[in-house]
Amino acid sequence: MGMTVVQKILARAAGRASVEVGDVVEPAVDLAMSHENAALVINQFFEVYKGAGLEPRVWDPSRIAIIFDHRVPAESSKTANNQKKVREFVAQQGIAKFRDIRGDEGGICHQVLPESGWVRPGRVVVGTDSHTTTHGALGAFGFGIGATEMASVWALGVALNVEVPATIQVLVNGRLAGFVSPKDLVLHLIGRLTAQGANFKAIEYHGDTIRLMSTSGRLVLCNMAVEAGATSGIVPADSETLRYLREETGVRDEIEVVAPDPDAVYGQVVEIDASSLEPQVACPHAVDNVKPVAAVAGTRIDQVVIGSCTNGRLEDLAVAARILRGKKVARGVRVLVFPASWRVYRDAMNGGHLAALSDAGALIMNPGCGCCLGVHQGALGDGEVALSSTNRNFKGRMGNPKAEVYLCSPAVAAASAVTGVITDPRTLLNHQDTKTPRLAVVVTWW
Amino acid sequence: MAKVVLTLGDDVSTDDIYPGRFMATVLPSETPQYAFADHTAFNARLKAGQIPPGSVMVAGQNFGCGSSREQAASTLQGHELVVVARSFARIFLQNAINLGLKVVVAPGVEAAEGDELEVAAAAVVNHTSGKTFAVTPLPRARQAIIDAGGLIAYTRRRLMKEEPHL
Ligand code: SF4
Repeated sequence: MGMTVVQKILARAAGRASVEVGDVVEPAVDLAMSHENAALVINQFFEVYKGAGLEPRVWDPSRIAIIFDHRVPAESSKTANNQKKVREFVAQQGIAKFRDIRGDEGGICHQVLPESGWVRPGRVVVGTDSHTTTHGALGAFGFGIGATEMASVWALGVALNVEVPATIQVLVNGRLAGFVSPKDLVLHLIGRLTAQGANFKAIEYHGDTIRLMSTSGRLVLCNMAVEAGATSGIVPADSETLRYLREETGVRDEIEVVAPDPDAVYGQVVEIDASSLEPQVACPHAVDNVKPVAAVAGTRIDQVVIGSCTNGRLEDLAVAARILRGKKVARGVRVLVFPASWRVYRDAMNGGHLAALSDAGALIMNPGCGCCLGVHQGALGDGEVALSSTNRNFKGRMGNPKAEVYLCSPAVAAASAVTGVITDPRTLLNHQDTKTPRLAVVVTWW
Repeated sequence: MAKVVLTLGDDVSTDDIYPGRFMATVLPSETPQYAFADHTAFNARLKAGQIPPGSVMVAGQNFGCGSSREQAASTLQGHELVVVARSFARIFLQNAINLGLKVVVAPGVEAAEGDELEVAAAAVVNHTSGKTFAVTPLPRARQAIIDAGGLIAYTRRRLMKEEPHL
């Protein structure tokens, strides 16, 4: 029987000719990623070695990545102490892929890993972060694990007890209309699947729309696969994956492309006509409470957030800048822009996007998770409403259970920043503007 | 037999169980104070020691969805709560098993606060309503971790087996 991409990757990593859905395997890990929560992983790692009579050494320091992003710079002495503990461990164990708090490298882990060329097709990537699904955009099998499980990976080099998931094939065809982006596509998908529709399953993205989409857009689709509960989201690697790795990350060595078998078996197929999609918004307090923007247009907002591991990439800042250039952010609205990495920050600066955003009245923040997780930089007041290009709107997500968060694309966020109410970007701009190339190819401009 | 101390609906997120603003607190021994911090009344009862160990929470589907934060499991484990849910989100379930938090999947479970439940391997019996609900066994490979007393002990054993000179 044919295998899906995920089955092929797990079979190779487990040293088997084939695997079937439900098989339990222990795949060798190619890349093990953590962020500030490495502080907890370290604690659990030393617990593992207590009384074992062995020196605590990670299995392979070259395969461990630790990226500070969730609370940068530290918002409290507690975080600063966690970060300090991690730095000491990194030095002691010789961990190679470490990104500290600096202005010339680093950023959000899910941007830093791909842009550094550390994620390759066919590889197994685990991370102590649920959005590790993001890395499927490059044809890898990426999934989130807890800190104790990561301690186990650091010790053994394998992920324990991975059940080969059934795969949902998401088949997307048709051309996305102007100002309709991969974010709108994935919000629509989550609305259809529901927040638990892909729990314990993988999502494999196929179809013309996906083939024509840039890696940047694919990262959005795989990032949010976990919002439908998916273990992993994956776009089988193709010529775009190779282009991205060669041209944008400078990878020189051989890249293995893993494709699904033509007779692969999918547990479920979801078809989407991309050409009929409108901009989408996920309404409070659930990611699967998705509506077309028209249904909530006119809703008053207090804060707009453009950034995160979902939508803080160059394409996202470019489209926001295009909408805001020469305009002003509505009085009474705060606009926070968090580029996903310092590379994105610099490219957006050199491309003039940051200046356009700043001129309009947006605050350009340092790369990192920012207010996405409700810890620092932009908490909400009681009764306030945020419109955000991030990926979660659970009650309290932005630091206040008495506030509301709507999720949308960068284009909807930028258009709404101008009006002060949730706005369809297509109603804000003249006809000529909406004829500009769709987001998927915007990246080729720069 | 144990009392149901909290009932919840579907899609309870890890932000609900352990809000992100407390995530700088990582050590399992320090996390229990923030369990359901935004459910202020329940959190206050937990902190006041009014919830006896072994008490049961009953939830709907997809309990623990969202973030992979392990604090969401350690915070409940610290109070020795038992979580019975119609289903669990994958990462939360894995974290719970790894840390030794007792989790039970009972797809049809129905209970109200104050009900007396008996949670056994094959079934959950609600002695207040008189109804019995079948339990779905945990993913089979997890049993070895539970038997070892958690993932730390399990991993330690694996390491030591691979070092035969010890
Ligand atoms: S940007 Fe938000 S969702 Fe992404 S890794 Fe950071 S906190 Fe998590």
